[in-house]
Amino acid sequence: MTTKFTEDHEWVAVEDGVGTVGITDHAQEQLGDIVYIDLPTVGQTLSKGDEAGVVESVKAASEIYAPVSGEIVAVNEALVDAPQSVNDDAEGGGWFFKIKLSDTSELDGLMDADAYKAHAEA
Amino acid sequence: MVTADGDHMSETSGRDSDALHTTPLDALHRELGAKMVPFAGYAMPVQYPMGILGEHKHTRTAAGLFDVSHMGQLRIDDPNGVAAAAARLEQLVPGEIQALAEGRMRYTQFTTADGGILDDLMVTNAGDHLFLVVNAACKADDTARLRGHFGDAVTELPDRALLALQGPKAAEALGPLAPGVAEMTFMTALATTVDGVPAFVTRSGYTGEDGYEMSLPADAAERIARKLLGHEAVAPIGLGARDSLRLEAGLCLYGHDIDTTTSLVEAGLVWSIGKRRREEGGFPGFERVRRELAEGPARRRVGILPEGRAPAREGTEITDQDGRSIGSVTSGGFGPTVAGPVAMGYVETAHAAVGTKVQLVVRGKPMPAAVAKLPFVAPGYKRG
Repeated sequence: MTTKFTEDHEWVAVEDGVGTVGITDHAQEQLGDIVYIDLPTVGQTLSKGDEAGVVESVKAASEIYAPVSGEIVAVNEALVDAPQSVNDDAEGGGWFFKIKLSDTSELDGLMDADAYKAHAEA
Repeated sequence: MVTADGDHMSETSGRDSDALHTTPLDALHRELGAKMVPFAGYAMPVQYPMGILGEHKHTRTAAGLFDVSHMGQLRIDDPNGVAAAAARLEQLVPGEIQALAEGRMRYTQFTTADGGILDDLMVTNAGDHLFLVVNAACKADDTARLRGHFGDAVTELPDRALLALQGPKAAEALGPLAPGVAEMTFMTALATTVDGVPAFVTRSGYTGEDGYEMSLPADAAERIARKLLGHEAVAPIGLGARDSLRLEAGLCLYGHDIDTTTSLVEAGLVWSIGKRRREEGGFPGFERVRRELAEGPARRRVGILPEGRAPAREGTEITDQDGRSIGSVTSGGFGPTVAGPVAMGYVETAHAAVGTKVQLVVRGKPMPAAVAKLPFVAPGYKRG
């Protein structure tokens, strides 16, 4: 499994051509208490960079973008009633959706963990 | 992920952070791990490690300590006495100031000639002078306006800190340190001491809870803050929770829910005018108040409860059920005590009745909502 990161603070963990996507621990930390999440729809096709959902904290609303192109194959429905799970476990149980990649080469343009760490701390 | 909206906590300024003013509790905020943001030219704590949700709930169930030293504190010492000062102040504000007995306070506003609102403020009859607390972002203009009216009788109090202790356990925490405060009732004031330091304490606040605001010498503020934080019920609370607390309490935030374009009648602040003044006038903008009381205002400030979970932020368009625009949200977000989204805004008067179904246009999509009664949470004020 490969995990990559975007400049917009999403992570995508890819296994067998399907990427699980969420926001990074750094992002949830910056957002503060998360109170609302809007998820994409299963079956929806997104291009890399398309808006895939919204996450709102007590302070502000932020868009979630698709880190890669593909078709949404699953969403984490549990987040709708328990959005604080993202604060508790952003890079695990707080995942947002799974996307079947249409072009795995798009992953090459994303950051690895070390590069993301440097980006987040910059 | 890009932060799209609305943290109005960090608005204003655009100044460099090194140009920001600091309050007497600046070092303490940083020691407590606060996230500091620029607000009205001051470096202020927006939240502590507990987080906005936790701080909000703590204030509703125990007691929260807020540093509000950025707000403007002023006194008016009229050579002809406090009654003369009250009569003169009434030329600038619609509140019934002359009727204020010693040790009583009132919420009022500075108004424009055409009935807009320049700032909202608290006025206390402190016996030999009037004590005023005004918004940080407006204090320079307010001071200039008061100086233009009263001349040298106006004194700014930059050497005073202002701390608020709010919540159902505020009296339990402050009482043992401050003689007489436990017996005070809502909207009264007392010159007393807090842990031996002379302090001017009012039983008031901006959270909808019981509690106090205390004006203290700046050099004693940190010691007293630490003393209060030493009480098991008291936690430090930042501006983030202050905003969600006041929103649930239905209280206006100047520059958002009220400003120079909103009138007292539209904003639902007629209660703060007082019967005599509603009849006699004698304050800027009286003509508009008189007219809107007689004919009804074109729009009204209302509470709005979204039916779903999506918060509607400031600026969100409000439409009727046919999609016609009828107003906009002026304050909105997540209400931790309500456990869902809450908002306030202005709607055309025909749609202002509690229970009226409306739609909120959030990210281009209409979301069902209803006009709701304010406040969203029952106040905990200790009335006499």
